Amino acid sequence: MTALLNVNQMTHYFGGLRAVHNYNLSINPKQITGLIGPNGAGKTTIFNLITGVYTPTEGAITLSGENIKGLETNEIASKGLGRTFQNLALWRHMNVLDHIKMAHYSQLSYGLLGAFFNTPACRRQESEVEENAYRLLELFDIKQYAFDIITSLPYGAQRRVEMARAMATNPKILFLDEPTAGMTPDELIQMIKIIRQVHQDFNVAIFLIEHRMKFVMELCEFIQTLVFGEVIAEGEPEEIQNNPEVIEAYLGKEDLT
Amino acid sequence: MELARKFKEMFSTVPMIGWLLGILVGVLIEFYWGYDYISYYLGLPKIPVLFGALIMLKEPLMIPGAIGYDLIVYVIPVFLVARVTTFATNPLATFLEKLPLIVSVLIHLVFFYFILHLWSGINDYRELVVRLTMVSIILTISINVINGYQGEFSCSHPGFMAIGAYVSSILTLLLFTNDKIFGEALLPAYLGPWFFPIALVLGGFAAAIGSLLVAIPSFKTRGDYLAIISLAFMFIVKSAVENLNAIGGARGMGGQGEFAPLWVIFIWTILAIWIIHNFVTSILGKALNAVRDDEAASESMTVKTRKTKMTAFMFGAFWAGVAGGLFAHVLAYINPGMFGINRLAEILAMVYFGGLNSIIGSIVGAVSINVLGEALRPLELFKWIIIPLILIFVMIFRPYGLISFKEFNVKRMLRAKSKREQGA
Repeated sequence: MTALLNVNQMTHYFGGLRAVHNYNLSINPKQITGLIGPNGAGKTTIFNLITGVYTPTEGAITLSGENIKGLETNEIASKGLGRTFQNLALWRHMNVLDHIKMAHYSQLSYGLLGAFFNTPACRRQESEVEENAYRLLELFDIKQYAFDIITSLPYGAQRRVEMARAMATNPKILFLDEPTAGMTPDELIQMIKIIRQVHQDFNVAIFLIEHRMKFVMELCEFIQTLVFGEVIAEGEPEEIQNNPEVIEAYLGKEDLT
Repeated sequence: MELARKFKEMFSTVPMIGWLLGILVGVLIEFYWGYDYISYYLGLPKIPVLFGALIMLKEPLMIPGAIGYDLIVYVIPVFLVARVTTFATNPLATFLEKLPLIVSVLIHLVFFYFILHLWSGINDYRELVVRLTMVSIILTISINVINGYQGEFSCSHPGFMAIGAYVSSILTLLLFTNDKIFGEALLPAYLGPWFFPIALVLGGFAAAIGSLLVAIPSFKTRGDYLAIISLAFMFIVKSAVENLNAIGGARGMGGQGEFAPLWVIFIWTILAIWIIHNFVTSILGKALNAVRDDEAASESMTVKTRKTKMTAFMFGAFWAGVAGGLFAHVLAYINPGMFGINRLAEILAMVYFGGLNSIIGSIVGAVSINVLGEALRPLELFKWIIIPLILIFVMIFRPYGLISFKEFNVKRMLRAKSKREQGA
């Protein structure tokens, strides 16, 4: 089986600062991979490098065998890479339905003239998108909010909207940046359920950043630990859990004297 | 409050066509009896032009007469007829609802145009105000695309307008008018009205291309810095035209043909409203809002943010150019001074007063600032104290403008309103 996403020897400098060094990643279709590490280790930077917000200084990135390094973020996204953000990045004046519809942007082909003159092609495509959007709203249990402005929703529902929006781009792989940040234990359990459901229903691979060990251990099949831009340990959850280097990075060195 | 609620309830059963009918009756009363009887017996020298505002401010003694005139000609007939005829207008509205939407809309528009034509035909000043107001409507909606929907603070609108005005004027002057700048007309004058739309569209395209000078910097910068860039663009256009003696320089350019009568401007206004409404309610148009609210998120959701920004600027500038072309042909004279900082203040006042991110808000803004500006003219200097004060109060109580973040729904506007639906 060929890897869906492949990152090879990626290094990135911010000026003189080496943020990421010789990073390798290979994610197979349907695999759930986790990325953990202390604050400032460069986890979100890795997300931004792969999704095209920054272009890596060195290294190669391929998605389904195609090179995506150096492409614009929107091009990479329309090739099948969906993501959510650490601090919710929603459009604050828009209602929930429009959020989901907007994420279909790259699937529209009617063009500007179609939009100006409201041509039959435009109407047809928009109603298809709307249908699909309702389907997603139902799946994520946010249909009752369809016409509410996003900022009026409870936090957990906003997270679900963000997830539904990411799924609307039709991704092959989904990047989740701390999907449980600021959630209550109840919401956390719900989030695990949702992620499992997404994983099954949409056949996507998932790459996630997370701080809560319980969450990572529960979901991921493969885990990488990042410290100062370098991977210090990778493997299955049990291996990582018992790896002394990981424990050191998280809890500090045990003083033996 | 209670009274206002009762009043509102009483008229909630009047459909759009009923209101139009009421207004038609008012206008007909004015048309037939306004001068001979009503204004004569009320002691008014002539038919009040803008609902008596001018007379009231000039001669306070006339205030009761002018108010009486408004009541007799407009308020009472409009409300009375609108309310009384609901038994006929509601079935009519139901019937129109069964027709295809476009037909029903056209019927309403033709009816509305007929009323407007009658009302403004009573004197030339009134007609000029109506024509300039409609040009302002196009202008305000077009700036709303950039400043409201796209959320940039662009100050270059008078520049776009100037480009449109000059390009279309040059074309019509060159082709159809014997003019001292461009010499003999190249084509017979009767082709003029047919060519005029092409000249307007070309003017619009020129403005759209000019807008790239502001759109491209907007990829990298926004907010205050883009505002300064756009302001610079406006001044560049203005001083470029001032120094181009080939097109009249600071003296301007006059003698444009009479290509923009009321009905032409009306059609262009409706066209602008229709196309811009289509655009901003489509997903491609809502991408403007997405880019405004969170650019990084839009990129990740496959939205082409650069293309979207460019579209917003070019589209807004196109309509500003068209409005400029119409403006030039309404006044039949333009000079660079018209497209300076004063015009910018007026445009910004209209859009922020009316409401961001809303076409209906822009229409309200353009109409109210224009009518207010004309009505308060006798106050001279004080006009420029009163209008800004009103603006300040609007900004305090409704920071996004009177009607913001609201799109109209034609179907709902035109539908019949029976008692039954009231409960629902």
